[in-house]
This record gives sequence, C-alpha cells and structure tokens, in this order.
Amino acid sequence: MIEFSQHCPVLMTITLIIGGALTPIVSISRKKFSFWWAFFVSLLAFFFCSCAVWRLYTMGPISYWLSGWEPPYGIEVYFDYVSTITFLMTALGILVIVYSKRYILHDISEEKLPTYYTLVLLILGGMVGFSVTGDMFNLYVFLEILSLSGYALIAITEEKLNAMASFKYLVMGSVSSVSVLLGVALLYNVTGTLNMADIALRLQQFGPTTAVYVALVLFIIGFSVKAALFPVHAWLPDAHALAPSPVSALLSGLVIKIGIVGMLRVLYCVYKLGGPVDFTSVTNFMGWLAAVTVLVGAFFAFFQDDIKMIFAYSSISNIGYILMGISLVSFTQPERGYLGMMGGLVHVFNHAIIKSTLFLCAGALIYKTGFRKLSDLRGIGKKMPITCGVLTIAALSIAGIPPTAGFICKWYIILGTIEFGKPIFAVALLLGAMLVFAYYIKIINALFFREPNESITEVDEAPLSMLVPIIILAIGCLVMGIFAYLPLAVIRPAAATMLGLPSTYLPLGG
Amino acid sequence: MEVYSIRPLLAPMISIVCAILIFWRGDNTFLRRSLSISASIIKWIVVFSMLPGSLAGKIYVTQLVPFTPGISILLRVDALGMFFGMVSSTLWVITTIYAIGYMEGEHARKRFFAFFALCVSTTVGIAFAGNMFTLFVFYEMLTVCTYPLVIHEETPEAMKAGRKYLVYTLTGGSFILFATALTFSLSGTVSFSQPGILSINSGVGILAVLFAMFMLGFGVKSAIMPLHGWLPSAMVAPTPVSSLLHAVAVVKAGVFGITRVTYNIFGVSLLKEMASKGINVAYILMWAAMITIICGSLMALMQDNLKKRLAYSTISQLSYIVLGVSLLTPDGAAGGIVHIVNQAFMKITMFFVAGAIYKKTHKKNISEMHGIGHKMPITMATFTVASLGMMGLPPTAGFISKWYLCLGALDAGQIIAVVVLLISSFLNAAYFLPIVYRAYFVKPPDGDVTTDEAHWTLLLPCVICSLYVIALGLFADLPFVPLALVREAVKQFFVL
Amino acid sequence: MNDLTELFNKLFVNFNYIVAATLFVIGLYTVIAKSNLIKKFMGLNIIETSVFLFIVSSGAIVGGKAPIIGEGVSSKTAFVNPIPQALILTGIVVAMSTTAVALSLMIKLYEQCGTLNADKLKELK
Repeated sequence: MIEFSQHCPVLMTITLIIGGALTPIVSISRKKFSFWWAFFVSLLAFFFCSCAVWRLYTMGPISYWLSGWEPPYGIEVYFDYVSTITFLMTALGILVIVYSKRYILHDISEEKLPTYYTLVLLILGGMVGFSVTGDMFNLYVFLEILSLSGYALIAITEEKLNAMASFKYLVMGSVSSVSVLLGVALLYNVTGTLNMADIALRLQQFGPTTAVYVALVLFIIGFSVKAALFPVHAWLPDAHALAPSPVSALLSGLVIKIGIVGMLRVLYCVYKLGGPVDFTSVTNFMGWLAAVTVLVGAFFAFFQDDIKMIFAYSSISNIGYILMGISLVSFTQPERGYLGMMGGLVHVFNHAIIKSTLFLCAGALIYKTGFRKLSDLRGIGKKMPITCGVLTIAALSIAGIPPTAGFICKWYIILGTIEFGKPIFAVALLLGAMLVFAYYIKIINALFFREPNESITEVDEAPLSMLVPIIILAIGCLVMGIFAYLPLAVIRPAAATMLGLPSTYLPLGG
Repeated sequence: MEVYSIRPLLAPMISIVCAILIFWRGDNTFLRRSLSISASIIKWIVVFSMLPGSLAGKIYVTQLVPFTPGISILLRVDALGMFFGMVSSTLWVITTIYAIGYMEGEHARKRFFAFFALCVSTTVGIAFAGNMFTLFVFYEMLTVCTYPLVIHEETPEAMKAGRKYLVYTLTGGSFILFATALTFSLSGTVSFSQPGILSINSGVGILAVLFAMFMLGFGVKSAIMPLHGWLPSAMVAPTPVSSLLHAVAVVKAGVFGITRVTYNIFGVSLLKEMASKGINVAYILMWAAMITIICGSLMALMQDNLKKRLAYSTISQLSYIVLGVSLLTPDGAAGGIVHIVNQAFMKITMFFVAGAIYKKTHKKNISEMHGIGHKMPITMATFTVASLGMMGLPPTAGFISKWYLCLGALDAGQIIAVVVLLISSFLNAAYFLPIVYRAYFVKPPDGDVTTDEAHWTLLLPCVICSLYVIALGLFADLPFVPLALVREAVKQFFVL
Repeated sequence: MNDLTELFNKLFVNFNYIVAATLFVIGLYTVIAKSNLIKKFMGLNIIETSVFLFIVSSGAIVGGKAPIIGEGVSSKTAFVNPIPQALILTGIVVAMSTTAVALSLMIKLYEQCGTLNADKLKELK
C-alpha cells in the first residue's frame, strides 16, 4: 500500500490526461458512452488522489522522481500540503461530470459529447498536474494544458458571444503564460536549475538579484491574470458567465484558483515570501491589490441582472479575499501571518465548493426555464424548491453568514489582518462582504419573494443527475462551516509550511 | 459549578427539527399546528428543567464542535443565559398559539411557521452561547432567519423594510465580527467569564474602540438612537412577528449582547479602571441610553399608527435596559436585566392587542379606535394593564424594574438618570393613556356597543400575558420568578 | 568616449537579448494597437518568439558543440546547454496549439459575425 501510494500523484495526473486523450477513441461508436468513460476516469483519479492524501497525512510529503532520475537532474513530482487541493479538484470533477450528463445536451449536440468530456478531463489533468509538480517548466506546461482546454470549453457552444469571450480570455491568458515562461527562464538563467526546491535553496544562498526581482514581477503578473485580480480581471465575467454551467463551475471554482496555487508554489515555496528574505514591498502591494479587487468585484456585481454574471463578478471579489489572506506575511515574524494564510487557504477550498454550487444551481435553473436573468426567473423558488434552497444556502455561505463555509475564511482573514496590524484590510473585506450580501439577497428575493413570472409554466424540479451533485455540494457548504475543524486540520500544516513554520505549529489560543 | 448536560443543545435543536419538519410536511394545517405547539411546549419543559439547577448556581455546559484551537461552539447556561432562554421559550409557547389564530387565512404559512421556529431556536442559541463567537454565530443566523418573516407580506413596502432591516443589522454584525476578532487577538480567548477576559494592559484607547465597536454592533438590534431606523419600518410584518421578534427576540438579543459584553467581556472592574484613566465608556453608553429613552418616547407621541407607536415605545423601553446595564451597580444591573422579561410581557400584550384589533376591525390607526373598549372589553382591559405597567405603577411588573433602576442610579450617584426615568414615565402615560381613554370613554362612531371579541386563540395570549405582568409585580420576591435568576446573575457579575 | 565604447561592446555581446527585447516590444505593440484579431494574435506569436529566442540563446556558447560525446567532443569541451533547447521545443509546441485554438476561434467568429475587427465585434455584442 505504501509502495503503491507513492506513485499516486503521478498516476492521477496521467490517468486524467491519457483518459482524456482516449475519450474520442473509446466513444467512437456510441457518443453517449463518453460520459461513462469520463465518469470512470475521474473516479479512478479520485481514488489515486485519496491514496496520495492519505499518505501525505500519515507519512508526510511525497517526493517522486520521474523514471528514477534524481532531482535536480530529473523531474520531481512533489505532493505536499498545498497539493491537497487536488483532492477537491478530482472530487469536484466527478460531480461536474455527473451533472453534465443531462445538462450538457442542452448546450451542445450529441456529436460533440466526446470532445466535451475530453476537454473536461484534460482541464482536470492540467490542474492536478499543476498542483503536484515540483518542476518549474512542468508548471508552465500544465498551465498551458489547462488554459487551452479552458478556452476551448468556453467556446464549445459555438455561440458568437462565447467565441468572443473565449478569444479575450485566450489573448490575456497567453500573455500571462508567456510572462510565466519568461519568469521561469530568468530563474533558470540565474540558478541553472528548474527544480523548485533547488531554486529556492540557491536563491537563498545568492540573495535576490535584479533578474530574480524581474522574474518575481513576471510571475505575479502571470498568475494575477489567471486568478483574475484587478486590473487584469476583464476576461473573467464574460468567460465564466457565458460558458456552459458545469464549465463555469470548473472555471470559477477551480481554474482561477490555479493562479493562487501558482502564487503559493512560486512565491511561497520558491521565493519564500513568508520566509527569511525581505519582500515586504511585494506583499504590501499584493495586499492592497487584494483589497481593491474585493471592492471592485463586489461593486460591479451589483449592477448585473444576469444571474451567472453576478456569480462571475463575485468570484473576482472572492479571489481578492484569498489573496488578502495569503499576502499578510511578514519576513521577520512568520507566525504573525499564520492566521491570514490559513484563512486564505481555507477559502481556496470553500470558495471552490460554494461557487460551483452556485453555478450548478444557476445551470439547473437555466436548464429548466431557459431564462438567465433575475427579472425573468422571479418566483421560481416555489416550483424548484430544492434547487433554489440549495442556491440560498450557497448564497448565504458566500456572503459569510455563519455557520456556513464562507464564514470561516471571513473570520480567519479578519483575525489575520488584526494580528498583522492592518485592520484597514478587514474594513475592505467587511464592506465587500456587505455588498456581496446585498446582491445575493437580491437573488433570494427574486427567487422566493416576488410574483412568479407567468411565462414560466409547467416547470418542475431538475433531474436527479443534476440534483445529486448540487445537494452534495450544499452539504459540503454546511459541513465545511459547522465542522470547520475538519478542513482546518488539513490546512493548518499547509499554512505553516508556506510560512516556513513547523507543520505542527499552533496559533494563538491554542 | 459546571455540569455537562445535553439540555442546552437540546433546546435549540428542538425548534430546528420542528422547522425542518414544517418545511417538509408543513402543507398539512393540522400537522403544522400540532408540530409548532408541541415543539414549543417540549422546548419550554427542557429549558425549565434547568431552572432549579441554575438557581442553585449550577452552570450547564454542552461543548459542541471544536472550531479551532482556542475557540469552540460552546453552549453554557449561566444565570443570565437561563433567564433570557426562559423568557424566549415561554413567549414562544404563547405566541405560537396567537400566531395560529392570527395567520388563519394568510399566505405562505408553511414558510412563516418554519422560520418562526428557526428564529426562536437561534434566540435560545444566543441565550445559551458560552462565548462571543457562538453568540455571534447565532446572532447572524437570527438576522437571516427573521428576514423572511419581516417581508412576509411581500409588498413593496415590506421588501423595503426588509432591505433596511438587513442593511442595519448586517452592518452591525460586521462591527461585532470585527470586535470579536479584536477581542480574540487581544486576549486569546472569547469565552464569557467572570469578571471579564480583557485586561487594562491592552491599552485604554484600544479598549475604548473595542467597546464602541461592540456597542455599535449590538446597538443596532437594541435600537439605540441613531441606530433604530429599522425597527419602526419593520412593523409592516404580521403582528406575531412584530410581537415576538421585534419586541422580544431580536431587540432583546441586542440588549443581551450589550449585557454580555459589559459584564462578561469587559467586566465591571475593567470598565471602572478605564473610567479612572479618563475614558468612561459606560458613562457615554448611559447618555446614549438616556437620550434614546426621551427621544423614543417623544417620537412615540407623534405616531397615529398603533404598531408604530408601540415600536417607538419599544425603542425607548429598550434603553431602560441599556441604562441599567451601563450604571455598573448591582441594583441598576438587576433593574435593567429584569426589565428584559418585564418589558417583554408588557409589550407583547400590547402587540397582541393591536393584532387582535386589526384582525377583528382592520383598524391600524389610533384615531379610528373610538370606543373599541366597548366592543372588545377584555382585550382592552389587558391593554390597560400593560399600559399601567409601562408607566411603572405598582403592582405591575414595570414598577419592579423602575424601582431597581432608580435604586441603581442613586447608588451610582446619577440623579440625572432618575430624572430621565421619571420624565419617561410621564411620557409613557402621555402616549398610552389617550388610547385607553379613547377606547373606553369615547363612544364608537356608529354607536354600536355590542361585545364582539376576537377569536379565543388571539384573546387567550393577551389575557395570560397581562396576568403575568401583574404576577411579576406582585410576587417579585418568590424564589421561582425571573427576579431570583437576575439576582443570581448579578451576584456573579459583581462577585457578591 | 571610452564609456560609450564599452556600452557598445556590451550591447554587441548581448545583441541576442536586445533582439529579444525589441521583438517583445513589437509584439506587445501589435497586440495592443491592432484591431484585427489575426494581427493581434500575430503580435502574441511575436512575443512568444521573443521569449523563445531569449531562452534558447541563454544556453548558447560561441563555438560550443552539441553535448554528445563522440568525435572531437569530450567531457572537457565547451558544449551548448541542451536544456533550454528542450524547453523551447516544448514551448513551440504549446505556442502552436494556442495558435491553432485561436485560429479556429477566429474562423467561428468570422462565420458568425462576418468580421474580425475587434471594434466592430464589440458593437455587434
């Protein structure tokens, strides 16, 4: 078992990517078979991931050398506490695939089913690979795999608006990928290695030079675009709102987190922002960027009528929360940044769950009624009580109302800002949360408390294959909030290692 | 002495289960009614089973999930919590009976009763919360659960009131969240303890800011001026909602929070120490309360809509409690806290009467209520009792609170507070007695004086509550009445 | 005067980097300034090319041999670092796939909107 679990991080990546590539072949005679194939592949990947996570928490991080070549010469796959997010990715992948079974035929023809599932598996594979690799160049390659699948998934419906949104995303995404690549190249030129742990070691030995700083800026630019931070967020609303709903759930729930995972990997594991080197100006800048992103996202969401557009803008705001949490690091006293870091990391998980719930619920509404504007969807809550009830739970959760998942991060980030001595960020966050709640209450009002739209007749509850995933996710929203110690137990060592603290570190009051 | 027990958890869970069952099977009228009533009675029994222990100084504790190192969701029933839990669970039974009668023929009753149960559940949660964090969790849940009740009518006016309510209370909630985090950061804990968890070493300035944050947060629900704007507009809700939530649960949750912060987070000695260093936050709070008492009464005078007048009267009366708490003397605190129950029973009687009148005659304005006492003599009699209580005449419950408040004010050397209380009594008389006068001594315009009472489900709660108002006044010193519990609580606060 | 010579010397020695930087700026200009989507994308390709040039030239050594031990090459001979080349091969593949996706998107857009002008597409929205 131990021997086997060591291979799991690689196995899950390979399973997803090869499984994705094989989808068109296995479903050549029966297009609908592609669903079962994708379902099977994602289950397999989830199983591998569970094994890897189990090993991580019993025996510590897994360092796997591809074909046995020792790093820094060979490529290293490194499954550490940050890689736990792959668990979420594979789990969410299964739910999204199950959800797609009925939904996706609403948006694309049966002919294209294999293409769709190929892309879904590839995007999952790209994200999983991105999160487990210990090699800088692999980071770039996986980034491109998942980005390209993302562009294609947005445009899969062949609507012209989708093609435009996808193109916008593609241009900005390519620029960001290029800047990541340039950053990797610069670091390689300075240190002569591509292995992350090795680069980190050498950077500390030599101290930062101009090229290292330039590379840092390039990484921040690159990952900011992927994470849709202000002011490079412009691609997100259209792309996330127009994509088919399960794809929106993947994009908003996971793909934008890739920007954050990238930052954690590069800025915290390689550059050691939270560690011994003084990068205070960088983290300060990131903090302010986060505060502005929170407010800008929340502000623009306010003017939307399209239900998915609201969710898309709120994603921008939430990415701001996460960045705010992880930017509260101080190089002299790493423990001061612990609570904020934990809040940010928890929100990576919680926001993924909440936002996919929201998008999948919105998808169920669109699937059943054909409407996507709030003004058209009014009064639907009486006809689709489960979908709307789940949507309400998720909406309360994202607004940070206790005891739901969203509250945990709000609490920790606020605590973190206070501990860090920057309460002004907490004000931005609370203001953002208020604005968020204001527009989510607008949604709840429209769904439940307004005169039903007469043109919606004979609408009943969504099919089971759509209800089951959203109910599971809604339970996730509640469980992650009420039993917060479960995710926290997983995330605490991650936060500690990000800051260079021992993984058993306990914060104040502990 | 702390005793581990499942009962503090059981009490809120009963109403949550009840709410879920109503959501599930609430379309059946009989099932919905029997569920509501039986849940409220079971809960009442559970809460009261802890009363003897509580009076003997026992503290019942249920540790729920650990939230994180240092914080857990903790239910802990001390004397003050027991007191508030008792008030809300008792009133839930009465209001449920009333609501069943009142909501007859209204729309969306399933939703109404389910959220009604949820609200009571969260209120009991607030009462039993063992630390600031748990209190905040239930406090925010209460805000959310009340929203569907406030906008029950779904009219534009109701929606507007609901929006206003949310904006006020959630902003307040944000303040509390920030303050709670700050408290945790300063002291490393958020548990309620005697005599408080903060220490003067944190710096007087930051403590004052913290206190102000808490007061701004809880002040919204306790409707301290100028944070009271939501309360009068929220009166568009159906009467049972106004009565239980806006005279009892929601507003009292705010006052309860202020009491907790003052005595269990800061503590008497720390506040006095801060005063000696030049920042007397309790004194500022006292002035805010006094201004609210007077202004609330004056604004009540100007209202013609009966429910609006009651709302402003609530604003004024709530500040009695805040005033009592801010005096920082044992008698003042006792007067303030006991006013939670006294005011609750008096105000709920009045709301019940207003609802009964509306249900029977569809009259909302006082100027239309000529001779209503001839048509509904029993109803108006209960209203009269409650009015007398509000003025603080013996032997009603109101007298007890005023007596202790005045004693406390004199102890603290605040003659001005005594004067304010007296002026307020006159103002209370000025806005309640005309209603009584008009009801009994002005002939109805149509000259019809045949007795025509509201349905018994509406009448019975009025009668019970008004009898209770008198009983609370007459038997204030018996061992099993609320005052005994309040004495126990005050004894803990002041370490007597 | 000496300083200037030195500067020119430096520039000349690093001319590969200068070309890369110039290409980068040209590409960036094209992406931002041109409204035709194909031109925009060509700009992006130029940027990518500039980065590739930068990386691949950083591993080069004047007079270096291929790192294969054989005739006239021993472990002591100067050889060209193969890793940047390997990276760039991958990079070119990635860039090509991006271009393919972009072009197919543009075909879709042109079929449906009849134009590839970014400003006109905005109006069509």
